[in-house]
Amino acid sequence: MSGGQNLPVAEQAGNPRAGEHGALSCGRTLSFSTETRADFDRLLGRYPTKQAALLPTLWLAQREWGWISREAVDYVATLLELAPAFVWGVVTFYTMYNRAPVGKHLIQVCTSISCHLNGAGEVYTECRKRLGNLSPGEVSPDGKFTVVEVECLAQCDKAPAVMVNDDDYFVITKDKLDAFLGSLK
Amino acid sequence: MSGLTPIEPVLLARRGKPNSASLDTYLADGGYASWKKVLGGMKSGEWTPAKVTDLVKASGLRGRGGAGFPCGMKWTFVPPKERRGDKPVYLLCNADESEPGTFKDRLLMEVDPHQVLEGMMLASFALEVKHAYLYIRGEMVHVAEILEKAVAEATAKGFLGKDVLASGLDLDITIHRGAGAYICGEETALIESLEGKRGHPRIKPPFPAVSGVWGCPTVVNNVETLCCVKHIVDRGAEWFKSIGRNEKNTGPKLYCVSGHVEKPGVYEAPLGVPWETLLAMAGGVKGGRKIKAVIPGGASAAMLTAEEVENLPMDFDGVAAAKSMLGSAAIIVMDESTDIPKAVTNIAKFFAHESCGQCTPCREGTPWLHKMLKRVVNGEGKKSDLDLLLQISNQMGNGMTICVFADAAIAPVISGITKFREEFEAYIAKSSQPDFALAAPEDVTNKVAERTSAGIHS
Repeated sequence: MSGGQNLPVAEQAGNPRAGEHGALSCGRTLSFSTETRADFDRLLGRYPTKQAALLPTLWLAQREWGWISREAVDYVATLLELAPAFVWGVVTFYTMYNRAPVGKHLIQVCTSISCHLNGAGEVYTECRKRLGNLSPGEVSPDGKFTVVEVECLAQCDKAPAVMVNDDDYFVITKDKLDAFLGSLK
Repeated sequence: MSGLTPIEPVLLARRGKPNSASLDTYLADGGYASWKKVLGGMKSGEWTPAKVTDLVKASGLRGRGGAGFPCGMKWTFVPPKERRGDKPVYLLCNADESEPGTFKDRLLMEVDPHQVLEGMMLASFALEVKHAYLYIRGEMVHVAEILEKAVAEATAKGFLGKDVLASGLDLDITIHRGAGAYICGEETALIESLEGKRGHPRIKPPFPAVSGVWGCPTVVNNVETLCCVKHIVDRGAEWFKSIGRNEKNTGPKLYCVSGHVEKPGVYEAPLGVPWETLLAMAGGVKGGRKIKAVIPGGASAAMLTAEEVENLPMDFDGVAAAKSMLGSAAIIVMDESTDIPKAVTNIAKFFAHESCGQCTPCREGTPWLHKMLKRVVNGEGKKSDLDLLLQISNQMGNGMTICVFADAAIAPVISGITKFREEFEAYIAKSSQPDFALAAPEDVTNKVAERTSAGIHS
């Protein structure tokens, strides 16, 4: 799980539920920047069907806007000639598409078995505590942090492993936590 | 010379070299020699797709993704041209490495991405593929970047693209990122995901070799498997077969050792290396403590006790004989300080989170297993819980679902409870819950109906 999507829609303060497929609204009309649009056009040439470009297109959308809003779903659906409800179904299946805004640093703590054996459970709890008792997926009031659990990051030899946005951090034990969090500006 | 004699690294030979991921160093180390050799020998008929397939078959290479299916045989399931008509054949490299405890494919792609690409190229040649895809886990953002760069380099040098090395063959490789779903490592779920859908495994048959991605014949091979293909074409099937415990378990193998060991990491050894040798490679158990349990093949594999792993040959058949599986060779060592019920609960949580939700026994069963286990370790378990956990497990596996995810989910639960029952019972003995035994569900039904099932069915 990542990106705060596990918070029920009702709990997302200031983000009214919008639209029939349940995605949160970002309150504005979206379209890709020229650069992203070029990346999107390149993508299409790699697959025999438009639909196959859905996952990579959603990645582009997330890169551009940080999370997948209702407007992003509608926009992507139009681009790929798919039903918005279908696109939303795909978004909700995969854990890495953020269905709500996340903090500047999305801290993903691996708690799968090898990390668990090396104290990851405690690291996860402690991490949220030290950032002001954050709930899983909650954005800190200063907008800087979101902490979630993540499944095995394939870094089991460097347990406990943590991912912050796209970057990997290794052997984040409880005693290194303060230094680690301090390094995230 | 025995096939178990320690080997110089093959798949990881380039680990630790400066800039090992770059094309220049790969070429300097003799990289792409096989690709050039095969394409160069194409026109003379010295190299044909059938010859590459035969080599792989003769090598005895078994898939390194988990199931250990013979790779060459998988390739021969693709229908010949006269039966498949105009349909293209697709090769998908499965780089959705998500099995907890597995980290070998990530290392291969980080250290030596061109080795992976050359393996894909040779397999594409054997299968007459024009467009291959590498499906990489969404979480491995930087690894995907390394691969993208490698593809661009290889394309610029003419190893990929139109008319590769003036052979007349076209071949493209696309790196495709997943987005966080363990199930997409299952080959038909991976296919669905590549098509732009939720990763729901497909009912088989038809098998992907006949009807896979976009309804076309498709072969899905693991990263390490394809790397092995490169070395088989380099050095021959006999060489590959000379490594390994016996003719059914051949070649070099990457073992991911993690958990309570001194030096966790990826170790390359002949397939079938004895357990003790492997443990010694990983520096032994942390702090010189004793082993309590070992998971030999990732979270999906049944746990083995310290006695069960003694002298165990770490290959597909050796671990299967101990009623577990080698899987992706993700060896998780748990020392005597490990709380087994908590470890099992952790694994159950993973499976509850990752069930794709398609089949009822798995969608409903995995969260129930987790809930009940959580209740036990939270000191609220009932005496009947352990048998109920086993009963639910037995109703989930063994062909009750489309894919083997449910079987994977129950293996740690069943093995944990049966092999370390006293630890679970110790939790229950301290439980705050009333101590009563729940009758098995069928008995309750019969009591309500005031009849016996024997009477109904006879």
